[in-house]
Amino acid sequence: MANRMTKGWYLFFTLPLLIIFVTVVIIPFLMGIYYSFFDWDGIRANPMVFVGLENYGQLLGDTRFIDSAWVTVKFTILAVITVNIIGVAFALLVTTSLRTVNAARAMLFMPNLIGGLILGYIWQFIFSDAFKIIGEATGFDSVFFNWLLDPDYALYALVFVFTWQMAGYMMIIYITGIQGISNDIIEASVIDGAGYWQRLRKIILPLLMPSFTICLFLTLSFGFKIYDVNLSLTGGGPVNKTELFALHIYNEIFGYGNYGFGQAKAVVFFVIVAAVTLTQVYITKKREVEM
Amino acid sequence: MRYIKEIALFLGALLFLSPVYIMVVNSFKNRQELYENVMALPQEFSFQYYVGAMEKMDFLNALTNSLIITITATVFVVILSSMTAWMLARSNNWVSKIIFMTFIATMLIPFQTLMMPLVQFMSTISNTLGIPMINTRGGLIYMHVGFNSGMAVFLYHGFVRATIPTSLEEAALIDGANRFTQFWRIVFPMLKPITVTVIILNVIQIWNDFLLPSLVLSDTALRTIPLSTFYFFGEFTIQWNMAMAGLTLTVIPVIIFYLFAQKHIIKGIGEGAVK
Repeated sequence: MANRMTKGWYLFFTLPLLIIFVTVVIIPFLMGIYYSFFDWDGIRANPMVFVGLENYGQLLGDTRFIDSAWVTVKFTILAVITVNIIGVAFALLVTTSLRTVNAARAMLFMPNLIGGLILGYIWQFIFSDAFKIIGEATGFDSVFFNWLLDPDYALYALVFVFTWQMAGYMMIIYITGIQGISNDIIEASVIDGAGYWQRLRKIILPLLMPSFTICLFLTLSFGFKIYDVNLSLTGGGPVNKTELFALHIYNEIFGYGNYGFGQAKAVVFFVIVAAVTLTQVYITKKREVEM
Repeated sequence: MRYIKEIALFLGALLFLSPVYIMVVNSFKNRQELYENVMALPQEFSFQYYVGAMEKMDFLNALTNSLIITITATVFVVILSSMTAWMLARSNNWVSKIIFMTFIATMLIPFQTLMMPLVQFMSTISNTLGIPMINTRGGLIYMHVGFNSGMAVFLYHGFVRATIPTSLEEAALIDGANRFTQFWRIVFPMLKPITVTVIILNVIQIWNDFLLPSLVLSDTALRTIPLSTFYFFGEFTIQWNMAMAGLTLTVIPVIIFYLFAQKHIIKGIGEGAVK
């Protein structure tokens, strides 16, 4: 009787969420793997043709897919570097004893709260028309021209906006790291006559390694999965040159109507993201043991 | 020297937000003024583009939809995830372990991997069972809860394990409380710090989400703010002043939220990321 009571409560507490979770995440995930073995245009009246692993086999021969993968890697590498350099720099600036640090922190973090879609639109105006107008007015048209029309600069524009969005976020994590460094060590280095740069290079940055690991992989994972900013800032253009992975999958499935082929890409996408994240967990855990 | 540094830091941070300035000033300028100088302050503050943008975006309706969806979904995430996480943390058997590991493991799945089959499955439910999952606020809320509960269960689970003493819970049981009252009277109030974090993370995520609602909602009357911004922007890219007025409108609720909950937001974001 007591056992039945406990079981009843167990179900009462967990079952509602489990039903939602299974229907929203688990079943679609399994269905997704199933769909990736078929050739289908998404129209219910049309037949789904089983093709086995053919969709996966075709991936490497698909130049749009390879181009998208390559530009995504390029974007992610650039973004990880800029976001983290600027994030650390911000964190160092706002952990000084100045009185304006709190206001500065709040302002530097703010872009992260505005959704990616809206951020992308604000910057679309700046990179296209505002830049052009400034370029014409000041004559600095080697910098101020419409970045979004040039394939390389359009990618840099994406990196730029992503950095603007994420630097404040990473700053928050680095601040926690910096505040965790014991004052004794800093004071000892001051007494020993170490200058600011020496202290930064020899003490602060090495002690920030745990924060670096977290931020590196967070930016890696966010960068790799970027969608909203991509859609609103460049829309994948000019001529698909900045169509990053997530947008590419969306377009393959819903734009071109290749439901099976697109889903195979989506499954590959999952495998890559999972591999990156699990590596992070592994490294973080290992580091925690060492420390 | 110190004052120079203070001012430099403040101005630097302000400069960082200059895109927001560009957005706001150009929402007041007419076409000619805008093309003469994008950086200048407007000659006069006329709200005509705001009135136009509000109408074209059906802004108040979108705001209402966004508020209803975000608040309801967040409330459900908090209630269901905290209940589930507590039960999983307190019943130390293999079923609970598997369920918990599944919640964590699925956090790895990017949304793009799930979106197409999800829409297919939800349409099937709508068609066969007659439960309207597609193109309804309720269906969207249901899916938001599903996607955001993994992280919430993870945060609650860790918090329960680390900070809630079992002795208090047991004392309540001896006093004749059942599991339900035990949880809501004793446990849930103690979860408050992590509940704040869960609320912040969910509000930001659900409020800004574009892709899921764009796949699920087709009725114009149901559009959330990101959705109506998307359709509005597609139409008005040539009229930048109108577009900027629309974007300014969408940023205002976010800034209000930030002003009220700034401390919690920065703390919550940090905690959500580090764990």
